Amino acid sequence: MLKNYLKITLAVMRRRKFFTFISLFGISMTLMILILLTSFYEHIFGGKYPEVYRDRTLFATMIEEADTSNGNRSTRRGPMSLSYINKYVKTLETPEKVAFSSSPNTVNTYGNGKKLKLFFKYTDPVFWEITQFEFLEGKPFNQQTIDANEAVAVINNDTRDDYFGKGVSALGKTIEINGQDLRVIGVVRGCPITRMMVSADVYMPYHLQKRDPANTQLNGEYMVMALAKSKADLPRIQAEYNDVVKRIPLPKDDFFHPQVLNAKLNPYFESMAADTFFNNTDGSTRARFYLFAAAFALLFMSLPAINLVNINISRIMERSSEIGIRKAFGASSRTLVWQFIIENVVLTIIGGIIALALSGAFIAWFNQSQMIPYADLTINWKVAIIAFVLSVVFGLMSGVFPAWRMSKLPVVDALKG
Amino acid sequence: MLSLSHIEKIYRTDTVETLALNNISLEVAKGEFLSIMGPSGCGKSTLLNIMGLLDEPTSGQVTIENQVIHGYSDKALSQFRNEKIGFIFQSYHLINDLPVLDNVELPLLYRRVSSKERRKLATEALEKVGLSNRMKHYPTQLSGGQKQRVAIARAIVGRPELILADEPTGNLDSAMGHEIMEILEQLNTADRTTIVMVTHDEGMAKRTHRLVRLFDGALVSSNQFYTA
Repeated sequence: MLKNYLKITLAVMRRRKFFTFISLFGISMTLMILILLTSFYEHIFGGKYPEVYRDRTLFATMIEEADTSNGNRSTRRGPMSLSYINKYVKTLETPEKVAFSSSPNTVNTYGNGKKLKLFFKYTDPVFWEITQFEFLEGKPFNQQTIDANEAVAVINNDTRDDYFGKGVSALGKTIEINGQDLRVIGVVRGCPITRMMVSADVYMPYHLQKRDPANTQLNGEYMVMALAKSKADLPRIQAEYNDVVKRIPLPKDDFFHPQVLNAKLNPYFESMAADTFFNNTDGSTRARFYLFAAAFALLFMSLPAINLVNINISRIMERSSEIGIRKAFGASSRTLVWQFIIENVVLTIIGGIIALALSGAFIAWFNQSQMIPYADLTINWKVAIIAFVLSVVFGLMSGVFPAWRMSKLPVVDALKG
Repeated sequence: MLSLSHIEKIYRTDTVETLALNNISLEVAKGEFLSIMGPSGCGKSTLLNIMGLLDEPTSGQVTIENQVIHGYSDKALSQFRNEKIGFIFQSYHLINDLPVLDNVELPLLYRRVSSKERRKLATEALEKVGLSNRMKHYPTQLSGGQKQRVAIARAIVGRPELILADEPTGNLDSAMGHEIMEILEQLNTADRTTIVMVTHDEGMAKRTHRLVRLFDGALVSSNQFYTA
């Protein structure tokens, strides 16, 4: 019976090539876009190389001082100063480790006979403990490096290849950044720029940053990562930090009299998305984002579903004579409904397989396209499977109604076509 | 075999009521070959549909093999049709997407028959109608006469006791018509299958055991040519 259903499904698909194409196109494109969107989402927000501890790390990219007196609201917003971090964040007791790094900056330099535009970061030694960079050569800098005021740098493999030449060891060689000659002590496997807390071409110990140490203001150039001992500790760290923040005296000058300091340690998504998407810093960001995302996905998937219902109605109506014949020769209404459901599910499954294949091909192409260097997009199988199951459900629903209606048609009328 | 008692069929719309069948009572004996004639629109096909349980009478009773057909569920009715009745239609009603063999197998799909057995029975049925060399063809590749023979093979594959044929030669030229008629006669004599055939062709009707005539929804005459 099933074999026969499959046979007729394929026959109908072959006969109605255009409708088959439209249906398959709708299903596979929708699924593919969902799979790719989640893949990009994972690429940006998931814990991937080298941030393997991202799920138990809290981040602060900015703080905000606000003056709300006189009915106005003027604010000063930006990354943190070294003095702020050392005084108020490094001193926290709950985190296992606290690291900081500057926001990435670009510099032009000349190496191997060409001009290179490089992203650089200043970090502290703990940065290398919280991240899990793979060292292809050498090792990271440590506290002794800083105490000895050594001019050193860690670079990524692309920078090594571009600056010193492909396949040439960079260890002990000098790279010039911002007029400073730095001795390369380590080469790491690079990571995509979308991981902005950790991505750079050149990493330098923070003592080489001349500007910030003298800065006594709260705002500066650094972002913070606080690694918790366990995920359960995350709220405790946040609570401790909130407590500290409340007691921080706010410096006032002639022009700016802040009363409030908005400073939070947040999981990665909130710390990145809060500013970008919703401009708020409370904890509901993630919930709201997921709600939007789910609503979007549902709406997005309902389009081909409605399209499929439409196509199915006309497809099934057109086959009323077949329904009549089958009923005359002993098919019950229920059997017929099953037949059409199976047809739809088969169509959806084919669409799903096409979507997976196309997504896989796109991801493979994208990863090696160098559009984002070091891109490591992968298919999120959980989402792919959920989307796939959902589309099968849509396929089911879009088949049930027209099939049920047609199966109720009196045989005599169905036979007339 | 088949008994119709005081059958009435009324088609109702909001404004009009049409009496399609008026108080029809008819007995068809086992092994009988009965033909029904009458002008277009007199209710022949409606009567055949009611006999075949494809349509319900407004009032009256249908009895097949001593079973009064009343209050059957969709499933039970489907099963009953599947086992007892085979249909042959004027316009063949084959499924163009399926090859000949699959078309013939169709009634067996709705029974507990293994696919091997289905294949065997369908092949036998096609051999009976002389089409075993066309099993893999699609209906669109066949002539009208061949299509009707496929339809006959499909009607007999499940070995029903009753075959209802609605103008089976109506779309065919006379030579083809004769061929089809011969097959039906063969089924009737060799297998003792009861056949009820609606026809417009007096010549064909005369080859059956009995002819009943319908006019404006009522039975007007009955001619016995032979005895079953």
